[in-house]
Amino acid sequence: MNTFLDFISFRDPNVIYVVLGMLFVNTSSALIGTFAFLRKRALIGDAIAHSLLPGLCLGFLVAGEKNLIFLLIGAFVTGWLSTFAVDIIVNRTKVKQDAAIGIVLSTFFALGIVLLTYIQQNAGGEQAGLDHFLFGQAAAINRSDVWVFGVIVVLIIAVVGIFYRSFVVVCFNPDFARSVGLPVRTIEFLITSMTVLAIASGIQALGVILMSALIITPGAAARLWSHRLPRILLLAVIFSVVSGIGGAYVSYAKAGMPTGPWVVMFLSIIVFLSIMLAPNRGIVSRISRARRNERKILQENILKAYYQYHEKKQTKKLDQLLTIDQILSIRNFDTSDLMKGIKKLKREGFMLQEGTTYALTTPGQKESKRVARLHRLWEQYLLKRTQIDTDHVHSGAEAIEHIITPELEKELEKELGIEGIPDEDY
Amino acid sequence: MKKEVSVEVHNLTATYGGRPVLWDIDFSLPAGQIIGIIGPNGSGKTTLLKAIMGILEPSSGYVKVFDKPLDEVRERVAYVPQRESVDWDFPASVFDVVMMGRYRKSNLLKRTNKADVEIVEKSIEKVGLTEFKNRQISQLSGGQQQRVFIARALAQKADIYLMDEPFVGVDAATESSILSILQEMRKEGKTVLIIHHDLQTVSEYFDYLVLLNTRLVAKGTLQEVLTKENLSNAYGGQLTLLAKVVDIIKKTEFPIREKDVDL
Amino acid sequence: MKIINEMNDLFIILTASLVAINASVLGVFLVLRKMSMMGDAISHSVLPGIVVAYYFSGDRTSPLLLLGATITGVLTAVLIDWLSSKAKIQNDASIGITYTLLFALGMIMISGWFSGNVDIDLDCVLYGDIALINLDKVIVDENLYLGPSAFLIELSATVIVLLFVFFGFRGFKLLAFNEDFGLSLGMNMNRWHFVMMGLVSLVTVVSFEVVGAVLVVGFLIIPAATAHLLTNKLIPMIFWACGLGVIAVIIGFYLAVWLNVSYTGAMVTVSGLLFFTVVLVVVLRKKRLSGEYLH
Ligand SMILES: Nc1ncnc2c1ncn2[C@@H]1O[C@H](COP(=O)(O)OP(=O)(O)OP(=O)(O)O)[C@@H](O)[C@H]1O
Ligand SMILES: [Mg+2]
Repeated sequence: MNTFLDFISFRDPNVIYVVLGMLFVNTSSALIGTFAFLRKRALIGDAIAHSLLPGLCLGFLVAGEKNLIFLLIGAFVTGWLSTFAVDIIVNRTKVKQDAAIGIVLSTFFALGIVLLTYIQQNAGGEQAGLDHFLFGQAAAINRSDVWVFGVIVVLIIAVVGIFYRSFVVVCFNPDFARSVGLPVRTIEFLITSMTVLAIASGIQALGVILMSALIITPGAAARLWSHRLPRILLLAVIFSVVSGIGGAYVSYAKAGMPTGPWVVMFLSIIVFLSIMLAPNRGIVSRISRARRNERKILQENILKAYYQYHEKKQTKKLDQLLTIDQILSIRNFDTSDLMKGIKKLKREGFMLQEGTTYALTTPGQKESKRVARLHRLWEQYLLKRTQIDTDHVHSGAEAIEHIITPELEKELEKELGIEGIPDEDY
Repeated sequence: MKKEVSVEVHNLTATYGGRPVLWDIDFSLPAGQIIGIIGPNGSGKTTLLKAIMGILEPSSGYVKVFDKPLDEVRERVAYVPQRESVDWDFPASVFDVVMMGRYRKSNLLKRTNKADVEIVEKSIEKVGLTEFKNRQISQLSGGQQQRVFIARALAQKADIYLMDEPFVGVDAATESSILSILQEMRKEGKTVLIIHHDLQTVSEYFDYLVLLNTRLVAKGTLQEVLTKENLSNAYGGQLTLLAKVVDIIKKTEFPIREKDVDL
Repeated sequence: MKIINEMNDLFIILTASLVAINASVLGVFLVLRKMSMMGDAISHSVLPGIVVAYYFSGDRTSPLLLLGATITGVLTAVLIDWLSSKAKIQNDASIGITYTLLFALGMIMISGWFSGNVDIDLDCVLYGDIALINLDKVIVDENLYLGPSAFLIELSATVIVLLFVFFGFRGFKLLAFNEDFGLSLGMNMNRWHFVMMGLVSLVTVVSFEVVGAVLVVGFLIIPAATAHLLTNKLIPMIFWACGLGVIAVIIGFYLAVWLNVSYTGAMVTVSGLLFFTVVLVVVLRKKRLSGEYLH
């Protein structure tokens, strides 16, 4: 608990730098990464991240010391070159995108390793820390780093804000963008530049390998929660920042724990939680929807069984008391399911019980007729519009009565030319 | 004598991510005829062939071929996929691809033998590609690529051939040469099932038709199927209600077949 | 002394060449299936498997290690499939999510949970330490020197890979060219897929110590893609890929010795340069051809 208080009270200036650094870096990468994810170019980020390494080394060789500005410029150049190389390969040869990414990624990275080992052999102590870029070293973020990251995040937010509409069009419908005369190439150039910047600012904390998690994972998780882009962007940023600070905390609280990998762990946990819990698309919500559907089907089938019983007996009123066995003779329910369904229907006021027999209440009778009627309507529709053997019609309509909405019911009536005929007479 | 049944599809339903693409399809097809499957884009024709071939697991229903489950008669059925379904940059020659028609579950680990080579060369000859035998497949025209696929099916020496749009992107001369191959096959008593797009030529090519649009709209002889009503049902946007129901099913993830239907 | 040095150099080149051959053979199929990044994902994801197996066996060359890591590799493929088919996340994003997660897990194990118990150097996770393979020698009968153990392990992997590809050639070919057709013949293409993923895992695991987790991708993909540009036939493509891989190994080795830099880094760099040279030739030739058409 004490470490936690220490952490959040920022007593340690290093904690401030790390937390601010994470805040800036993760915001930039989540924002721009979501666009990359939506453009289905998630792995390009991976290629860029690996390709920054030789640029960093070149920046170091030129500057002769670990000067962040030089490093960033070098990284920016090779990062840019890498996306350019991928495009050339894909457009000019029969090599496909996946292989192009793999080739560019490994070639640039290998070159980076060559340069890195060259520097290690030939430069003195001042090269120390260059290999932090491989695995990331969030703890090494210092005051001037935070300033640079801050400038980058402001720049990225500004660019995304100003060009928001063009970004959206180019991401979702580049052909349309071209047709309305948007400068697609310029906008793509801008997106790529921002991507490279975001990645370049992140690798000090995450390292070249894990950096792609910051680009891909927040957007992928956020996408599960919403269909609306502003909300997706906001969620992605929140997920990413929370994970970043979580990672910083773990490494602060437990000596030896690396920050970057923990950030990735938290991000992954968020993805898996989203897969489980997201509304609509989440697994839990899908299971509960399936349950609800099953319950609805069961209840309506019970109501319909009453209709069928009375139909056989040729009585117009649906008021007979039936035993469980009588219901089962109409339709082969699973007995325990049937009991559950009846209980629910009783609670909802559609059925009543007398001793061991059950009957429909007035609303129940109405509902029963409605279900039977929908079934009929669909049967009629299939017979009219498709080829179906008369002995298949019934089972073909079996499932559909449960999902026909009142609007669809109207349309069905219209199409079958029986508009306005009241339930009772049908 | 009762006419032999080649393919029997029973209550077949197939879904992609909860959306029914084929719904309660139920028919049986005669043997020894050239049968056309027609329907608008996205009506499930490709899916139907895939389901028949067991490439795709149907969500309900089953398929029988010559009155047996498919797995017992696999070797009597040949499948020609849509041409765009493969990457023609793949490093293989015409001969290599047609040789795939000789692959069997039982000889997958083996090398090529002489009898196979002979069959393959005959099949290539039949489609008129002998001079291109060693050409790389990316260096063929669209129509030639289509014929490579047909040769591969011929090399399978099957009794039923299922072909997905063999006439697409093919010039008139190739079209008629493919057609004469098919007619020759019919003479030998083979059954050919073809997905076709061009309504103009339907009555010229086929003996029997299946008209599809998610559901089976019609099937039977040309006269039975090619009625104004059927065509407008399938093509004329008369099935909007069906499409709406399909959307609802997808959105609510409703099971379209209930567990306890046995009435 | 000189002779020993030359012996050592020879074994470095031989071992790296075997890595190149193993990887290129499988890489050809990965490239043709457009699943290159699956190879990338698997090579990163075997890290936690290696760490756990190493922790329990305490030995870098134990079969347990191979088994543990290979299983992790296949599980990676399963997880990626699950994310894209069940959780409906785009395939490329699924790959990115999966491998960063597993790689991060491996790093946490190395520097956090198992630190002190597992002596795996993070740098060689990235680019291997092929220079050190000669420290671990296999000597039979006190004096018969069979070579470094890394070389022997790599050699056994080569045998396994070549056997599978030789006997499974038709299956792999169907898988790469036309999976649906394979299914229509009643074949279990899923099984072939997982056999291939298992082989890729095996190769990345045995190569891990030699060339590292990241650079193995270069060995898998680059020579295979270069070969694809050079030939139109499958079997020649495999031979070209192996040849290119070995050439890059040899040139890279001497380059690295000369510049005193990482061996593996130099090998993959050379491989990449070969690829870009071929691309340049292809692009220029296309230009010239289309120029001729114009005249
Ligand atoms: N792999 C898939 N995932 C999701 N939906 C799919 C998939 N394949 C096909 N569909 C959808 O299923 C429906 C039927 O597709 P199918 O390919 O069977 O149509 P088709 O009749 O062959 O069309 P076409 O004439 O264009 O070839 C389409 O709406 C299509 O969007
Ligand atoms: Mg189709």
